[in-house]
Order: sequence, then structure tokens, then C-alpha cells
Amino acid sequence: MCLGIPGRVIRWIDRDPTFATAEIEFDGLRRVCHLACATDANVGDFVIVHAGVAISRLDPQAAQRVFDELARLGDDEGWHVPGPERAEHEP
Amino acid sequence: MNRSAAWEPVCPVVRPGGGAVVTLAHGEGGLLSRRLIQERIVPALESINLDCTADAALLPVSDCRLAMTTDSFVVTPLFFPGGDIGSLAVYGTANDLAVAGARPRWLSLSLILEEGLELAVLDRVLASIATAARAAGVSILTGDTKVVPRGAVDQIFINTSGVGEILDPAPTGPATLQVGDVLLVSGPIAQHGIAVLEAREEFGFDPAPSSDCAPLWPCVAALYQAGIRPRAMRDATRGGVAAVLHEWGAASNRSLVIDESAVPVLPAIRAACELLGLDPLHIANEGTLVAALPAEQVEPALSLLSRLPAYARAAAIGRVESASDTSVAVRRALGRLQPLDEPLGAPLPRIC
Amino acid sequence: MKYLDEYRDPVVASRLVRAILQRATRPWKIMEVCGGQTHNLLRHGIDTELAGVVELIHGPGCPVCVTAIEAIDFAQQLAAQPDVLVASFGDMLRVPGSRGSLLDVRAAGGNVRTVYSPVDAVELARRDPNRQVVFFAVGFETTAPATALAVLQAARLGLDNFSLIVAHVRVQPAMEAIMSSPGCNVNAFLAAGHVCTVIGYESYEEFVARYHVPVVVTGFEPVDLLSGILACVEQLEADEARVENCYGRSARPAGNTVAGEVVRQVYEICDRPWRGLGTIIAGGLRLKPQWARFDAASRFGGLPMEVIESDECHSGEVLAGRIKPSGCPSFGTRCTPEQPLGAPMVSSEGACAAYFRYALHRPVGATGS
Repeated sequence: MCLGIPGRVIRWIDRDPTFATAEIEFDGLRRVCHLACATDANVGDFVIVHAGVAISRLDPQAAQRVFDELARLGDDEGWHVPGPERAEHEP
Repeated sequence: MNRSAAWEPVCPVVRPGGGAVVTLAHGEGGLLSRRLIQERIVPALESINLDCTADAALLPVSDCRLAMTTDSFVVTPLFFPGGDIGSLAVYGTANDLAVAGARPRWLSLSLILEEGLELAVLDRVLASIATAARAAGVSILTGDTKVVPRGAVDQIFINTSGVGEILDPAPTGPATLQVGDVLLVSGPIAQHGIAVLEAREEFGFDPAPSSDCAPLWPCVAALYQAGIRPRAMRDATRGGVAAVLHEWGAASNRSLVIDESAVPVLPAIRAACELLGLDPLHIANEGTLVAALPAEQVEPALSLLSRLPAYARAAAIGRVESASDTSVAVRRALGRLQPLDEPLGAPLPRIC
Repeated sequence: MKYLDEYRDPVVASRLVRAILQRATRPWKIMEVCGGQTHNLLRHGIDTELAGVVELIHGPGCPVCVTAIEAIDFAQQLAAQPDVLVASFGDMLRVPGSRGSLLDVRAAGGNVRTVYSPVDAVELARRDPNRQVVFFAVGFETTAPATALAVLQAARLGLDNFSLIVAHVRVQPAMEAIMSSPGCNVNAFLAAGHVCTVIGYESYEEFVARYHVPVVVTGFEPVDLLSGILACVEQLEADEARVENCYGRSARPAGNTVAGEVVRQVYEICDRPWRGLGTIIAGGLRLKPQWARFDAASRFGGLPMEVIESDECHSGEVLAGRIKPSGCPSFGTRCTPEQPLGAPMVSSEGACAAYFRYALHRPVGATGS
């Protein structure tokens, strides 16, 4: 119910709607996961994986939202807020 | 009667499925035992001074004080990326000596073999022991072999006892930790435990994580040669870094505080821990030590270790503080100090 | 790790803490119903950071803790049979049943094995047709898609040696039970982000309207938890009660429709006993009749053994948020992680274990202890 870890789709293996599988990469560690619930994920997209099953395709815009809101608060206070889009560059 | 021609019994057992195996007869002390030792074990170990006709080995000891340790090895699976039960049995014991400030010199090797164990597997373990002994600079002086009925052990159990020559001065031990001492690890943590877990449970991680199984004496020797004198050292085996810190906290009556962001973890190992819900601080290592150094020795120690490939990722991870309600604490994301719990048993992956 | 580390940023987290402390004009009580959120709130000391301003009440969000003792006993019974292998998430192995835990059964020679994914258990069955593989299917709605996929996979492979002990539980009925229990003083809820990822959060609209409590869909990392708490506080200060989503990168209003379909294909809603809480109406999932052949209870017979539960264990009150773990008379004395009386004390699971590890060590007098 809780442990869902974001990983990047690096290779589709089986596109069957129910038995879809893809290779997901977690910071250099790869595992074949079940993608029936995220068949719209493209190579390069991130998915949240729980118990070997992708339960969602990660929305990068929404991922940024909390940082944008904080930046809005922070503008008054003058501090810089990092976020996923600004924290790293793509390899 | 002419006694010149001896009657030699020949064991006719050939197991179905091919491949010779260990049988109970190999452990009975008679001809088969002697053959197993002389024709298999001794040649594999290339041991010097392994005299099987004597019941005890004579140690060519010098003037210095000696340290002795013992450990038994029951790991499954027997073989995993980065090591196996054989290399583990050598490095594990050698490292216990090294972190006590003793140069590992001599090992005994006790094998308990399960009836039905494939001799090819035994050969592989023996070859690994030989390689590890060479790498660790130890001699195997004496040994024992027993064979037990099927099911009494899981393939092979190994005990190694080791003797080493104590450096002068030896570490004074965790009871002598001072406020302000710095805690250091010799490299990235949690590799061994994750490697064995993956090899055993087959979670499907790729690349299969590799153990850090390796001798620690080179690290200790390098530190000592440079004039570094750790107050205490420990190889962070079962229970990981957390177990060592708890031991030291109890022995020293001080608080040990570490910074989570300072602890080196390889990205793929960290990812495996995240997926399985495990804390790297609780996971076993087999080639990584924790050391407590006087503060002024940390910079030279890290500078020295950074030049050695095996310890290039050594890092200062925390400090010894005065006693508080929390004997071991870790600074996490919020910057707060939170108690670091003592590991209970084997780490269990979780989904929740 | 991308999309993880950013949500552990200490600077961002401390800004959120400050914002919460500044916004709140009176103390608020917020409940989370997710073991993972409880674990992280305590692990990072968020409860202490917010002490006096926000009281975090730990709800029955640990599916492992609320799994009925009968299910554990049944799993142990099967594991002791020679041709049966019980495959389980690691979480369940230390939880005490009537007669010890699954780990105890393994030590006594029983066949118990950890898997990371339920579909891996299907593979174990496929590889060894001479052995029955039983998967212990615990978890909230987050995990149901995974176990449902396992059933579909086993069906596709035509396996006759794979079955499930179905122990899935549903979060919202438990929240209903909590809100309707006398003495409930919860002001707002953090909704479990991964449950909502699967089932969505539109179903909370009616709940929010009926009870006038904010429900904020929240993630698991410190920044996620704090932004969810901040959103609750902002609503409470404005006397609002809305469903809000602070975990938009994963949870959508309608949830994951494919996951929902997979679950509906395999499971139906049922009443379920929750350990420590009694029977929760519509609180569980069971296999639909057409999948009965994958139900371990049908395959191996019912659950006949006598249940033994310690009366020194007050996990029900802890799980319902009525007492803190440290308010239980057995806490830390007769009940510890090494010798747990009830499920919430099992190491790395549950409010009691988390409390023991992170809160027991605090100096006497600290708020929230």
C-alpha cells in the first residue's frame, strides 16, 4: 500500500494489455515490472512501482507543483526552491 | 602369510545424475577421508605447513602479542556475486583480526559437509578459499573435515579460527571513545547483505548486486603506516553499521550521531533498499569497516584512503557526543536527530 | 533518485514546517491512515516538529497490522504442510498469530518464502508443478492490482497449484468507522497517496460533505507529508472541508482506471474482520466466485483453528487512534518489537513499533510521547 518507488521505463518487453511488461530502471538498478496499469507510458517516462507493478505514470508537471507553490511563498522571503525539473539534468 | 599386498576397499557408490559426491564414508577417518584430504583439500589449498599427520600445527610465532578469533559461516546460497562461502570464511575471520589491530597470519579451517554434496561444489569452494587466503596473506595451517547425514547441515558449514600479530599500539577499544571523535566508514555500505538477499530470493534485480567481500587488512595497515591510530574499528557485518554503533554506544556510554547524507551508498544499492523498504544502515557488509578516530586524524586518514582504489569512497559519517537519552542517532531529511534503531533480526523486505 | 530525493530536501521541508507553524492559529488533530506515512512521519520526527500545533493521530493504516489473526494462523497451518510453499511479502513474517509468527513456522521446518511481487509467486508455482504455492495477499487497494494480475497470470498459464489467502482491506470504510465512533476528534485526514493512485479520490467527496472534514491526498516523503499537512491546516483555518490532492504526480481524481478494472475483474467487496477493530462492513475484498479455484480457503478447507489473542494487547484502541501506543499499559514492557503482543508492534510495521523506535527514546516530557 505504501512503498511505491519512481523508476524510468527503459525498454518495453510485452505490450499485451493485461500481461504487459517493461524494463524499469531505478538509478542504475533494473527490473522487469508489470505495466498493465500504465500501458500509456513511453520509454523515458517515469512510473511509480509497487510490488513489481506500475500503479501510475508519473506526471512531471504535477511533480513540480509543490515547489512552484513554495516558490510563490518564498518570493516574499527571497529563498530559492529546488524541484525535480531544476534539481537534475537528464543523463 | 604374505602381507605385502594390502587389500584396498573401493567405494562403489556412483550417484545417479552424474558427478561424484561426498558420502558419509568420507568423514569416517579412514582411507576415504585421507584421500579426500590428501587428494582434494590439501592440493586445492596449496597450503604451506599443512601437515595432516600431526594433530596440531606449530605456529612460527614471533615476539609480538597475538590475537585470536573464530567465526562460522553458514550462508545460503553458497555462491553469490562478489563472493561465496569460501571467500567469506577467509575474509570474515581475517577481518575480525584486522579491525582488532592484528595482522592476520594463520587460519584453521573446519569443514562440515552434507552427505550428497557434489564434489565439484566442494572443489569450487576450496579454490575460492585458496584464492582468498592468498589475497588476505594468510596461511591455513590446520583443518578438520566432518561429513554429516543429509539434512543435518545445508550443503557446507565452515568454521575458521584465526590468529594474528597485534600492532603496537592496538586500538584501545570502544570503551575509550571520546567526545569529539569522528566516525568513519571505509567505503559504500550495504552491498553484501543486498547481494546475498538477491541471490537467495531472486527479486530480479539487474545487474545482480555484488558483495563487497574483501580483506580489510590493507586499510588498517595503510592507516597505521601513516600514523593514524583509530580508537576502535569494527567490520560492519550482520546488522550493518547500525549494529556497530549500538555496540559502541553501549560500551562507551556516549552518544553516537551520524548524518544520513554523509553515509556512502552506491546508487544501485540504495535503489534496491528503497524498493525493498530496507535501511542501508541495517544491512551487512563484508569488506567495509567503521572506525572511530580522534578528530585531528580524520583529514589525513581520508586523504590517505582516497588514494587507495578500494577505499576511495571512505567518508566521515558522524561524531561521538556526550551521553544522552539516545545512544545512537541519525540526522535525516529534516535535519533533526532521530534515534537509529538497533536491528532486530534479518532484514525483511516490505511493501508497506 | 529522481522524483524521490527532491521530496526529501531539508530546505524545502523546513520551509513547509515554518509555513505550518505560521498558519495555524490553534492546535489541530490530523489523522493519516497509511502505515508508510506513519513510519515516515515518525522516522523524520515530523510529529515533534509540529508538536503543539498539529497533533498527528495514527490511524489503522498498516494493512499488515489489521490482517485478521485467523488469516495468519491459516497461512501457518499451510506452511507446515510438506507439499505447500507459502509465499509472502516480508512484512508479514514477524507478525504474531495465535501460535507464533510465520518466521517461527519457518524455523520449525515450514515452507515460507519472501517475494517482492505476487507475480513472482506465480512463477514459483509454474517452476514446480508438484508443489502448491499459496500467496498471502495482504494490503490495501494499492496492492490489489498486483495480486489480481497474479491470479490472471496463473489462469493464463493454466496452473492448478497456485492460490491466494485473500486478506485485502479497504481504507475508506475504516475511515468511516473512525469518524462515526464516539469520541472521535479527528479534524482532517491525510488520504493514502498510493491507495488514491489506484482508486482515485472522487469517492471522498461525499465523505467530506457528510463529516465536514478536509481530506488531502498525500504522498510519503517529508515534503509530501508536510505539504499535505499544510493543505489540511489551511483548509481548517478557513473552515473549509474539501477533497484536495497534494500528490498529483501520481494520484488522479478517477484513479488508475485500468488498475480498477483489473481489480474489479478478480475481486468483489465484502465485510472483513480487522484485527483489533472488529468487522468492518465493506472493509475487504474477496475473490469473485469464478476465481474460487484460486482461493486457498476453498482449496485447502476453511479456517478451523482456535484463535488466541493476548488480552494485554490494546492494538484496537491504538489502531482507531483512541490512544497513543505509549498509552497502552503493555507498551515497552510486556510488548516490545522483540516480543510483540499484537501486530502494531512488529518491527518496521505499525504505530507501536514506530513509536517504540522513534518516540520512546525522547526525553521525558516531550509533547506527543
